[in-house]
Amino acid sequence: MPDLHTELARPQAVFEPRIVAFFCNWCTYLAADLAGTSRMKYAPNVRVVRLMCSGRVDPQFVLAAFAGGADGVLIGGCHPGDCHYQEGNYKTLRRFRLLQRMLRQMGIEYERCRLEWISAAEGDRVRTVINDMVEKVRVLGPLDLKLPEELVETILSEEVAV
Amino acid sequence: MRDLHGWPDPGPIRIGVYVCHCGANIAGTVDVRAISEYAASLPGVAVSRDYKYMCSDPGQALIKDDIASHDLNRVVVASCSPLLHELTFRRALNAAGINPFFLQMVNIREHVSWVHLDKRAATEKTQALIRAAVRRVSLHKPLQKRRVPINPNVLVVGGGIAGIHAALTLADAGKQVHLVEREPTIGGHMAMFDKTFPTLDCAACILTPKMTAVGSHPNIALRTYSEVVQVDGYIGNYKVKIKRKPRYIIDELCLGCQECIAACVYKEGKAPDEFNLGLSKRKPVYLPFPQAVPQKVVIDPETCIEFKSGKCKKTCIEACGERKAIDFKQKETFEEIEVGAIILATGFKTFAPVRNPNCGYGRYQNVYTSLEVERLINASGPTSGEVVLRDGKRPHSVGIIHCVGSRDANTNRWCSKVCCMYSLKLAHLVKERTGAEVFNFYIDMRTPGKGYEEFYDRLLDEGVHFVRGRVAEVSDWAVHPSEEGKLVIRAEDTLAGFVRRIPVDMVILSVGLEPQADAQDVRRLFNISCSSEGWFLERHPKLAPVSTFTEGVFIAGACQGPKDIPESVAQAGAAAAEALALIDAQFVEMEPYTASVLEEECSGCKSCIPLCPYQAIAFLEDKKKASVNEVLCKGCGTCVAGCPSGSIQQNFFEDEEIFAEIEGVLSYA
Amino acid sequence: MAEKPKVAFYWCASCGGCEEAVVDLAEAILDVVAAVDIVFWPVALDFKRHDVAAMPDGSIFATFLNGAIRTSEQEEMAHLLRRKSKALVALGSCSHLGGIPGLANLFDREDIFKAVYLESPSTVNSEKVFPVTRYPHDGQSVDLPGFHTSVRALDQVVSVDYYIPGCPPTPKIFHAAVQTLLSGELPPKGTVLAPDHALCDECLRKDTKPEKLSITEFKRPQQILIDEQKCLLAQGLLCMGPATRAGCEAPCVAGNMPCTGCCGPTSRVHDQGAKFLSSVASLIGAKDEAEIDRILDAIPDPVGTLYRYSLPSSLLQRKRLKETSPQAPAVSSEVLHAGH
Repeated sequence: MPDLHTELARPQAVFEPRIVAFFCNWCTYLAADLAGTSRMKYAPNVRVVRLMCSGRVDPQFVLAAFAGGADGVLIGGCHPGDCHYQEGNYKTLRRFRLLQRMLRQMGIEYERCRLEWISAAEGDRVRTVINDMVEKVRVLGPLDLKLPEELVETILSEEVAV
Repeated sequence: MRDLHGWPDPGPIRIGVYVCHCGANIAGTVDVRAISEYAASLPGVAVSRDYKYMCSDPGQALIKDDIASHDLNRVVVASCSPLLHELTFRRALNAAGINPFFLQMVNIREHVSWVHLDKRAATEKTQALIRAAVRRVSLHKPLQKRRVPINPNVLVVGGGIAGIHAALTLADAGKQVHLVEREPTIGGHMAMFDKTFPTLDCAACILTPKMTAVGSHPNIALRTYSEVVQVDGYIGNYKVKIKRKPRYIIDELCLGCQECIAACVYKEGKAPDEFNLGLSKRKPVYLPFPQAVPQKVVIDPETCIEFKSGKCKKTCIEACGERKAIDFKQKETFEEIEVGAIILATGFKTFAPVRNPNCGYGRYQNVYTSLEVERLINASGPTSGEVVLRDGKRPHSVGIIHCVGSRDANTNRWCSKVCCMYSLKLAHLVKERTGAEVFNFYIDMRTPGKGYEEFYDRLLDEGVHFVRGRVAEVSDWAVHPSEEGKLVIRAEDTLAGFVRRIPVDMVILSVGLEPQADAQDVRRLFNISCSSEGWFLERHPKLAPVSTFTEGVFIAGACQGPKDIPESVAQAGAAAAEALALIDAQFVEMEPYTASVLEEECSGCKSCIPLCPYQAIAFLEDKKKASVNEVLCKGCGTCVAGCPSGSIQQNFFEDEEIFAEIEGVLSYA
Repeated sequence: MAEKPKVAFYWCASCGGCEEAVVDLAEAILDVVAAVDIVFWPVALDFKRHDVAAMPDGSIFATFLNGAIRTSEQEEMAHLLRRKSKALVALGSCSHLGGIPGLANLFDREDIFKAVYLESPSTVNSEKVFPVTRYPHDGQSVDLPGFHTSVRALDQVVSVDYYIPGCPPTPKIFHAAVQTLLSGELPPKGTVLAPDHALCDECLRKDTKPEKLSITEFKRPQQILIDEQKCLLAQGLLCMGPATRAGCEAPCVAGNMPCTGCCGPTSRVHDQGAKFLSSVASLIGAKDEAEIDRILDAIPDPVGTLYRYSLPSSLLQRKRLKETSPQAPAVSSEVLHAGH
């Protein structure tokens, strides 16, 4: 049951994570539609980009999302063995494992980039995964990448000293 | 925040944005007016409206009129899921004279208004999604759906009742059907049964007319003792390679007179008879069962003396005489056929009860599987229809144990659907034949079909004993004189509330249904999926039970999941109908979401070749570059993401289109 | 006689290898020197900053600037040379992509200073003296350039007209680029002056690469006897050739070492490391998560491998900075909506 009362009573000055999701057309997107037709309620922080297969998720997209201001990235695909295109999701899994390690090295926590297998019948899982991820990212705080161009002002006005 | 591109100069792009109220479905949560005003402020947007029902005729007319009067060349529709109406709006664009792929849908109903309570947050999210769509649609390119012709022939794999029914339906409709069966005869499991529930029709009586019809139908090319070994191609254009195993009999010449069997140097059979599940023996030359179709004998090279030593008198050849139908030199042959659609009806296998040591199968000789008892009961079975124990005596008491290998966390979790009914049937038949006391041990009695509950009632009236409890063990360990020499079934009688020991002469295990042992190999051959339990996966469990995610490949019968004969026949008819729908359309239209290699830019690094499960990417030796076969490409985009130099692009899902969507979704607030 | 076009060379955070590349033109350098008038080249000629500042804006035909931008002086010079030049050309990986110095973006300025001025084994600094930008002394002040928190590629500071890739650019690439610039037929602004496809096209081992490569073990060069004929990726080495722009004719591979990606990606790729990650991970021959992880364990430093030359120009540009200030203040929704 969604915690509606806490949702609405939440004080305004609270960090709302922004999460970009890449959903595969045949499983996860359908599951999200099912969550909708079933009128399930979940956090509004996720914006979905629809792709045909999770195998289309280029790691560049994940990085562009983080660089563009996302606090979290969610990739949704079919369960292993059930990919509509046979094996796209296995490639996603392999790329994802290496990507997570690379992100970790770059100071981006594991929980910010998440891969979930959600089949077309699992509308409820869409709800629980989204709610869970939003809360986990909320605890982690804003990603706040502070890209170098933004830092220039700060550095020039400071003494270089430690 | 970093924006890869900055908002591109729209140039000649003129976008129309349409925000649907969907009655109160969207408008009740999302401030549609504010959204349409917001959209109007975005670069490139020439027209922005909100309207009650965009999918209605007036809604679509709105789009078409605006395209004409405002010179629009791109359209964004924010409404329900694209999976519902993308086609509708694409048609509207097409009708208005612009390429249908210049449309981008925004899902603000299933993904926004129906799932969020906070109106402010929902509206904010919608703004982000609209922004993303407007940025993306500016980059859309004109695309065409591809048309592919369809071969009208059909392949049916599996000659059980489902395969037979599908083949007959299609053949009667005038299509050429290739029916491939790996046993020497069609008939499947149904041919092994004696009677079928709930009517107690004789299985052979209802099956053999259909088998004969298959054998003589001019539109069915029957290939028994054959297997599919390779499948290439795509919907409407499959090339299938079939291996025909050698019978050592020349099909065209054999009349099925069976003189060779009588004349065989073996006076009696020594090899276990497969059709009778090893309960009787057969000679090396044999007919699987009397009503086999085709009526042709088979020679088994494993047990035939001629094959083992080369020194047999070959009395069979002598008996065959002038017909000269026996050919010991026969080899396996391969054949290639071309079909447009494929129906898989490969059936099931029964659970092997040795996996359940407690039930005593293999340890105690009078523990039988239900299928073995079907053969005993059958008049043409190993005991001519007599239900007897291994020593030939009639049992005075019989225990039938339900759910062996079903509903069991240790073996198979699922319910095999048919076992309660066939257990009741066996209870009736066994009691009728032997007069024995019959005990059925069940967990729940599942009798949901037409006439099934009534059949159960009948059994209750016939004096069959029902014990509601899961059987823990079958043993021959006697605690009481009445149990000496018997098999004791221990089960908790949950209705009575205590554990019972019931001694019986014969135990029948109602074994569950499982996918065939080679189901995984078969499904890979045909490029379909299996569920986690191993049944062939249907496209949708409710709305598309006989089609698969591989277009042109259908499934029917128990290979899709445990089911009884009426359901198998119904699915076979359904699969045949869907195959007909496909074929009679004469061509199929494919979405243009295919990938293509940028030939100039490709470095020939071959990184993409192994990524395609459809083998749609080939390495051209002459040009030393990769190339995507557009007809085989299914449009998943895996190769596009995996190309290390960005030299493959996917229609409608180009990198830049997706980057634009990502930036749009994030750049608001 | 028509005036010879003026050219300038400058170096920022670099190793000097690109200066060597100019010299490596060998005999061809005489043609270059004959064709142009070098007005600024700190490593070789005695012109000063004020000479450059005195030139009219846009009077330098082309400035070849190598090295990444790390200090405020380098940034100032980049801006100065940009103003004075018609064409600003990023020479070499460091100015093109950030280069090897770019790997310092995995650290904070604080980490770097502590390591260099305090913790390094050969440093004795008991008074904990650190460089400062301004040190008053005797009524005057001594200035040092400021040290930015991050390394940046040249085009992240000023607009760049052309790029000559490589670490360093091979004589052939450099020579061809100079010829192009002098030819009068200038390619579109922002072009990388090298072929726009991946290195595999030029690699002599191309034919030995299997069509269906499946990687079950990654190897580092010191772990195996590298076969001199076979494709390096097929031997399990992380050869970035498929993700790297061609033009150098694969001298590293000819030297039996895997390509490390110094020429950067093709124009169709935004992030070289991410693309190579995608490609090489896709080829892993495992479907089970545990097995995939086991295979990936052989890559102990993904960032160092994937972004050896291109970290600053990648999508994330640098490792996320630690929080040096208290938790960022929560933003109220009023503020969120104020400007919209």
